Amino acid sequence: MVTVKIKNDALIVSISGDLDLVIAREFRDTVDKVLKDKPIKNLILDLSEVNFIDSSGLGAILGRYKLLQQRGGRMSIWGAKPSVFRILDLSGIMKIIPVLKTTEDILRNQKEAK
Amino acid sequence: MTAKNLENYIRLEFSSLPENVALARVLIASLVAQLDTTLNDLEEIKVAVSEAVSNAIIHGYQNKPDGIVGVEAKIKDGLLEITVNDWGVGIEDIEQAMAPTFSTDPDRMGLGFVFMKSFMDSVHVESEVGKGTKVILQKKISENGSCAQIAN
Ligand SMILES: Nc1ncnc2c1ncn2[C@@H]1O[C@H](COP(=O)(O)OP(=O)(O)OP(=O)(O)O)[C@@H](O)[C@H]1O
Ligand SMILES: [Mg+2]
Repeated sequence: MVTVKIKNDALIVSISGDLDLVIAREFRDTVDKVLKDKPIKNLILDLSEVNFIDSSGLGAILGRYKLLQQRGGRMSIWGAKPSVFRILDLSGIMKIIPVLKTTEDILRNQKEAK
Repeated sequence: MTAKNLENYIRLEFSSLPENVALARVLIASLVAQLDTTLNDLEEIKVAVSEAVSNAIIHGYQNKPDGIVGVEAKIKDGLLEITVNDWGVGIEDIEQAMAPTFSTDPDRMGLGFVFMKSFMDSVHVESEVGKGTKVILQKKISENGSCAQIAN
């Protein structure tokens, strides 16, 4: 399941379940629709309720990152469980998109954005 | 119960629907969980199965729902062997397909085979254009893992 809310000009996307090709498609369609209608530049992806991720999920995340980058925006990921974190790490996506582990990371990331 | 010498075999065929990837993943995970394996092994096997079955649906059948995907799993002497079959378009150049970050789809990262290779002990692919693809994944199952410890 994919839920979105907008807070302080940022789009917060929360995913729950297994981020495989089914949810990856839902994630892509949901985010692209919001980005089409609104000039949002900051996306925070909450993966705290995600138990599983595979390459389809990673591809969808990277694709949304590229969309945001095109409009001068940014993206960050937080809440990844160890098994999900490991896949993010192995994929190399963490070199491009910040993956935040603690609230300290999140505060630092916000400060850097300003 | 000691599951060390467990021998088991399952076979499953299903429509090439995206929703069925989770089904295959859960089925194989439950089979492997009968063994004294680690949670880490279990996670890795789930990713590998997800990649192979997703590829059959996405590439083999080009996202058309009227294909059939076959999954077989065999456990013998602590070795798990999973075979994923499709009767779709096939792969022209297997070596190129298995190369890291190679993808025929610009929206994909080409990581499927990377994960299969890093999470399984061996990945073998047989394919013929216009006939289909068979992916054989093997992994030695480590014994006395946390799954069994939790279960006890
Ligand atoms: N069952 C299959 N039938 C036909 N072609 C396949 C099959 N499996 C893989 N391929 C080909 O091999 C390529 C590489 O597969 P791989 O899983 O590594 O990457 P991908 O699926 O393109 O991207 P990702 O897995 O990161 O979403 C695919 O782009 C596709 O061209
Ligand atoms: Mg793939």
